[in-house]
Amino acid sequence: MTKPVLGLVLGGVLGVFDGLSALVSAPNDPAIKAGIVGIVIGSTVKGLLTGVLIGWYARRTNALGKAIVFGLAVGLALAFCVSLMQKLAGQPAYYWQIMLPGGILGVIVGYATFRAPASGPVPAVQHR
Amino acid sequence: MSDTRPADANQWVSDAAITRLRALDDRPDFTGTRYELGDPIGRGGMGLVFQARDLTLDRDVAIKVTAWGTEADADRLRREARTLAALEHPGIVPIHDVGRLPDGRVYSVMTLVRGERLDAAAARLTLPDRLRLFDRVCDTISFAHSRGAIHGDLKPANIMVGGFGQVLVLDWGGGGTEGYMAPEQVAGAAEPRSDVYALGAILRDLVGPTISTRAHKPLVSVVLRAMGSDPGQRYASPAELAADARRFLDGAAVSAHAEGPLERVARVVRAYRTPIVLVATYLAVRILLLFWSR
Repeated sequence: MTKPVLGLVLGGVLGVFDGLSALVSAPNDPAIKAGIVGIVIGSTVKGLLTGVLIGWYARRTNALGKAIVFGLAVGLALAFCVSLMQKLAGQPAYYWQIMLPGGILGVIVGYATFRAPASGPVPAVQHR
Repeated sequence: MSDTRPADANQWVSDAAITRLRALDDRPDFTGTRYELGDPIGRGGMGLVFQARDLTLDRDVAIKVTAWGTEADADRLRREARTLAALEHPGIVPIHDVGRLPDGRVYSVMTLVRGERLDAAAARLTLPDRLRLFDRVCDTISFAHSRGAIHGDLKPANIMVGGFGQVLVLDWGGGGTEGYMAPEQVAGAAEPRSDVYALGAILRDLVGPTISTRAHKPLVSVVLRAMGSDPGQRYASPAELAADARRFLDGAAVSAHAEGPLERVARVVRAYRTPIVLVATYLAVRILLLFWSR
């Protein structure tokens, strides 16, 4: 599995989880209940985009620190965009509630994609 | 004028003079060959090793010369040269030439290894880096075994670490050294697993100074299994030994150590501490936000 594909998968899975967590955060909010499908889809798309961007960058850098900082920046930036879109749509904007987990999600994807082998493990030489 | 006579009136020549004469006597005469002999750089089981200059190719080489009148050593040197000539591996010093001097002594010419002994190099390294060096030693011996060659005298003094971190195994075909010699080798029956025993002793030396916590218990088990008194108890090959040491390095369970449930949890936490911390942070933030939003 290449790094961008791993980022895509990881970002997507964490995005779904991130979206569903809105139900736990605000169980009595009728707006969230009504729009949970849209929230999960939006969060998943955000996770996929975050993952593929970070995976692409992790393939190009040799430093774990850079991959993590890039992940944090992408995670925060995309989460900020989502919050801003909510605000522009006239809904309450949950900046901290969305940006904090989004940033950590970016860090996790940055770490995981950097640590993942570039193109599978090199097979050991067998002496015959 | 100072008195240079030896203290013992019955002794005609001083100890220092005897040492000098012996050195001159040991110094082989390479006149008429393509080699210009330099200083001695070591003493092996079969004789002295000198730095020398290959005048034809204009490069430095190492020349191993047997001592006087030791036909057994001469045979051993020739055997070692033939063994080395058949082994082409980055961890084995290439042999260039074998010959006999007019005085009857046999010599072999090989690449001059620039580096330091394994134990000296390891003293500056972290445990993971020492284990990586050990892995390269095992790979070299594994290759030799696959070609039917046994080293027979593995010890830190016979392993050099070059300037690029490469490992070079020297002095093949030796008779063994106390502390690194398997019981069956002491009894005169060396076999490939005798090298596994010596590799276990080398691993013991490499990790010894750092073994202090419970986290290193699996590595102690690897050493103990490699150094089993019965060859059947040991790893079947250097490759198996290296694989177990690598498992320790990667934070996986080693085959030589039966770990309990708590040990397993501790190992997994150590091996995956960064992702665990990241996920825990994520969950902690989620829980904090949950309380905050209420």
